[in-house]
Amino acid sequence: MSSQVRPRRRRIGLRERMRMMPRWGQILLLVALALFCYALPLLNPPFISPPGTDFSGVLFTVAVYALIALGLNIVVGYAGLLDLGYVGFYAIGAYTVGILTSEHATWTWLASLPAAIVITMLSGVLLGWPTLRVRGDYLAIVTLGFGEIVRLNLINQEWLGGAPGISGIARPPSIPLFELPHLDWSTGVPLVDLDNTSTFLVFGVLDITPYYWLALTFVILIMLADRRVKNSRVGRAWEATREDEDAAELMGVPTFRFKLLAFALGAFVGGIAGALFAGRQGFINPETFTLLLSILFISAVVVGGQGNRWGVLLGAIVVAYLPERFRGFEQWRVLVFGIALVVLATYRPQGLLPPRRTVRAQKMEEEIEALETSDVAVAGEGPDTGDGPDADGAPPEEKGAGRG
Amino acid sequence: MAETPPLDPAPAGEALLSMNEVTLRFGGVTALDAVDFHIDRGEILGLIGPNGAGKTTAFNVMTGIYQPTQGTVTFDGEVTSGMKRYRIAKRGIARTFQNIRLFKAMTAFENVMVGADAQHSTGPIAALLGLPRYRREEAAGREIAHELLDFVGVRGRADELAGNLSYGDQRRLEIARAMATRPKLLCLDEPAAGFNPSEKQALMELIRSIRDRGLTVLLIEHDMRLVMGAVDRLVVLEFGRKIADGTPAGVQNDPAVIAAYLGVDEDEVEEEVDDAS
Repeated sequence: MSSQVRPRRRRIGLRERMRMMPRWGQILLLVALALFCYALPLLNPPFISPPGTDFSGVLFTVAVYALIALGLNIVVGYAGLLDLGYVGFYAIGAYTVGILTSEHATWTWLASLPAAIVITMLSGVLLGWPTLRVRGDYLAIVTLGFGEIVRLNLINQEWLGGAPGISGIARPPSIPLFELPHLDWSTGVPLVDLDNTSTFLVFGVLDITPYYWLALTFVILIMLADRRVKNSRVGRAWEATREDEDAAELMGVPTFRFKLLAFALGAFVGGIAGALFAGRQGFINPETFTLLLSILFISAVVVGGQGNRWGVLLGAIVVAYLPERFRGFEQWRVLVFGIALVVLATYRPQGLLPPRRTVRAQKMEEEIEALETSDVAVAGEGPDTGDGPDADGAPPEEKGAGRG
Repeated sequence: MAETPPLDPAPAGEALLSMNEVTLRFGGVTALDAVDFHIDRGEILGLIGPNGAGKTTAFNVMTGIYQPTQGTVTFDGEVTSGMKRYRIAKRGIARTFQNIRLFKAMTAFENVMVGADAQHSTGPIAALLGLPRYRREEAAGREIAHELLDFVGVRGRADELAGNLSYGDQRRLEIARAMATRPKLLCLDEPAAGFNPSEKQALMELIRSIRDRGLTVLLIEHDMRLVMGAVDRLVVLEFGRKIADGTPAGVQNDPAVIAAYLGVDEDEVEEEVDDAS
């Protein structure tokens, strides 16, 4: 039967290699990666560090985008609910912190963080309760409206600060312990620059590095939590709902409840991101939370590969970091972005780093196609039928090798 | 290996499911007209009838997709019409679909796990903290999934995407997914559609062994010959009405059934239907 003609694996990708490693090796590698990420602003590596801007500031933005992409991925990637108003949750998180620490009360940033999370989650449930009964495109339109409603309210409600916004927002609490020097590469070789240091852990005005560390910590925590929840009944219920809502319901999945949960958890992460942003910026106004931001967030998820937490992380880096790195081409930014999206949609519609299963499925399709082509070739039709597989990068000498 | 379905101590003689004078109207169209039949515990009941007779509609009423306009459905001593679909599934009615409706982008194994989750209650917090309930339910689900994939013969393809399986494997995987919900009643909607005769034969063997595991099976099938050999009892629908109910042999000789399947002069049918009911 067909199991005998199972083709052997062609390429061993990074992913397989990771999988083949022993568990402690994987953990060690991830810890090393995390440490490297923490050290990035201190290392200040040339080429990677964008010229002319504060590297820490860029990294902070990337980390906040990563957080948002992870949150949005729960809603869009796992549960398959197209949410075009995600910026609303980001804004609600930021404004909750703004209101509680500056506008109407004088809480500390740390005390306002849980409040921001709870209020954002509640707003997620409030938005989801009536709207999750509609599906597909309709949901996208309703959520689009939500984002705009939030923004317009921020502008028009005086008690929310109105158009001028809120300033004097509290910063995260500082615990000065020790100083860490940055590296200076200006001479071509790394030199320890003792004049440029970051204090661990002081959240000040000038040095953004500690904010980046805080945001990165949240990214790591959310990644770990995401992994656990995804690999459980909850994650499966989301995916089943995305695949076929009616069939899922008939298999005992309370789909409405799980969609609402996806909304609430997505909002949860968005609220954290907003709170971080407000704490770092110290000043927020409605102009920050525009529709364009929602679209950028969606792009991060889609470009990276929705449904894969590493993919959306990569997407966030692409969307938030590349424009900063190539600031010199600022005029061309939108054009390049547009072209890149079109190219991506044509050649890699699943995103840069799609979920493992999608990759495997595609590989299998390629293999089957290669087998079929070789069958035709054996039947004497000649090589002129081989126009398909070349396009997807199968090395020609391996095309017929599947039977071996 | 877990023998999946816990055989409930059935009150002897009481029907597992009964359709009580169920009528379903869509506007002016009467899809089901006072349909009344029951399914006994442990039997294989065949539901047959020409195209458009209301077989799948009857399924949809049982599983909660449609609410009956009149009449009720009782299952295992409870009125289930009006209940939410996932609750009915949890109570013990599982089904497959006439047009396969697997979760295509999930693996075969995950598909069955979703079914097994029907009886589980792990929430996000339990999963996040790795609480004992989460671990216990995951382990139970995995065991059920492996066992069922083995049972239907898709074990070797557990890690492939459901959408990439062959047609026959997809049909069998749907049965495994439905059985994983640990149902009392398994409804199969034309499970043999598109099969060749030998595959059909194998499927009937499978259905009989499902019954031997303690499940009650409701089977929709077009192929009369196939149904006759496999089922204990038959209910025949035509134009949304029940026209016959009985043993395969009895039904086979029922003039109304013969008329429905072979086509007879309309007046004659009317008479015969009246006779039969």
